[in-house]
Amino acid sequence: MRFMVLVKANKDSEAGVLPDEKILTAMGKFNEELVKAGVMLAGEGLQASSKGARVRFSGGKKTVLDGPFAETKELVAGFWLWQVKSKEEAIEWLKRAPFEDTEVEIRQVFEMEDFGANLTPELREQEERTRAQAAARK
Amino acid sequence: MTAADIHRTIDAVWRIESARLIAGLTRIVRDVGLAEDLAQDALVAALEKWPEGGVPDNPGAWLMATAKNRAIDTLRKNALHERKHEEIGRDGETLEPDPVTALDDEIGDDLLRLVFIACHPVLSTEARVALTLRLLGGLTTDEIARAFLVPEPTIAQRIVRAKRTLTEASVPFEVPRGSEFVARLSSVLQVIYLVFNEGYAATAGDDWMRPQLCEEALRLGRILAELVPTEAEVHGLVALMEIQASRIGARVNASGEPILLLDQDRGRWDHVLIGRGLAALARGEKLGGAPGPYALQAAIAACHARAHAAEETDWRRIASLYEALADLTPSPVIELNRAVAVGMAFGPEAGLALVDELRAEPSLASYHLLPSVRGDLLFKLQRFDEARGEFERAASLTRNARERALLLERAKACDGS
Repeated sequence: MRFMVLVKANKDSEAGVLPDEKILTAMGKFNEELVKAGVMLAGEGLQASSKGARVRFSGGKKTVLDGPFAETKELVAGFWLWQVKSKEEAIEWLKRAPFEDTEVEIRQVFEMEDFGANLTPELREQEERTRAQAAARK
Repeated sequence: MTAADIHRTIDAVWRIESARLIAGLTRIVRDVGLAEDLAQDALVAALEKWPEGGVPDNPGAWLMATAKNRAIDTLRKNALHERKHEEIGRDGETLEPDPVTALDDEIGDDLLRLVFIACHPVLSTEARVALTLRLLGGLTTDEIARAFLVPEPTIAQRIVRAKRTLTEASVPFEVPRGSEFVARLSSVLQVIYLVFNEGYAATAGDDWMRPQLCEEALRLGRILAELVPTEAEVHGLVALMEIQASRIGARVNASGEPILLLDQDRGRWDHVLIGRGLAALARGEKLGGAPGPYALQAAIAACHARAHAAEETDWRRIASLYEALADLTPSPVIELNRAVAVGMAFGPEAGLALVDELRAEPSLASYHLLPSVRGDLLFKLQRFDEARGEFERAASLTRNARERALLLERAKACDGS
């Protein structure tokens, strides 16, 4: 299963202040651990909301609202996409992240396929597998 | 936290830490079976102590320290035992290397050694698979048994015997060198891909652990890619699995019927996995050298993944990749696939010429895809009578009911054409 890990904004991230070297090093090390464990699928840091915008949909009307946005603690400043076996595994990984004063949220991702209910072997792909297995046996 | 919460937390910690734990312990005690027992002992200790005292701040270090102490106790006992037994009084020399410092450095090396030991050629393929999932994946015997649709005692026995075999054969805890490395790595890749395919073959109604095997294989592949980042074939295998996994959600329709690759809704392909697959492929290609079989298969899968619509598929490139693959690992099945690609790239006539060469191939005599492909090419050449015969033959050869229905439908379509 996958989890999206949502890192919230703070005054510094909203002011466009880059994290200091110590934090960057610690975060780099943590990311490396995630990659080495085969857990990290994706991850990005987001720029301040002043560089972003919102589009408000109301009835048929679309209104563009430019950043920055006020509610700093509600804003997302970065995310990871993790592949883990359980929510607890995601929590254990998150506990190892080098954060200090913040709250980080994890949310399970909907998977497109409903495993079990409609998973059936498929012609062409099965053919590919046979071929691949034949190749692997050589 | 309730007791159940703590147990789930312990499961998660085990998932994250067990491979490193077992790898580090194997280095100390030089016996993977004993190392796993020690790690399990530490797990049992955690299950006893954490529900009362709470989960420690650094649970991995706690497990490591607990297991380490037991390892040292065991070594001392064994050393004493040996001394008594052989009446040799050489002090401490049996304890090599210094276990405490040995445990802390080069965890990556230890993990890689563990990968090679779990996939050692002295073991049967089945045993390699079970041991890899157990030691490196941190799966329980019950999970492995459910995934492979066999009774749990079978897997438990398989693992016990595998560990015994490794001990009896005194298999060294090391990364093989030189030409042996390539052969042994290829056995590791084979085990991982086998696990992936087992998950990929999961069908409706299967235990959820079966499709889970795809994720396990991907995880093992991704870990291996970081352990041996200079091995292009590892990236090739990872790329192949990522791209194949990207189609899992698109390969059947709502009623569970298979959808051919070219008919799949590409919007339902997982584009995160495609991106990862293409990146892994590029990473392997950047290392240079002639691509191996996994990299070539990944490159073929990538041709499909890159095409935004089926008609944009670069069939010429696919045909040439199959040619390279056939050169490397000659097989009639690969030739048949090449014929399909050639038919798409250069017209049905060219494809049919290749397929006809395969008709005498004994290994394809009862392979339903040979008449199926031939029927398709004949149909495109408007040779409908011959095409119908091939589709009917293919239908009689397949063991898959849905596939048979599809083929009979195609045979019927020849009449109206």
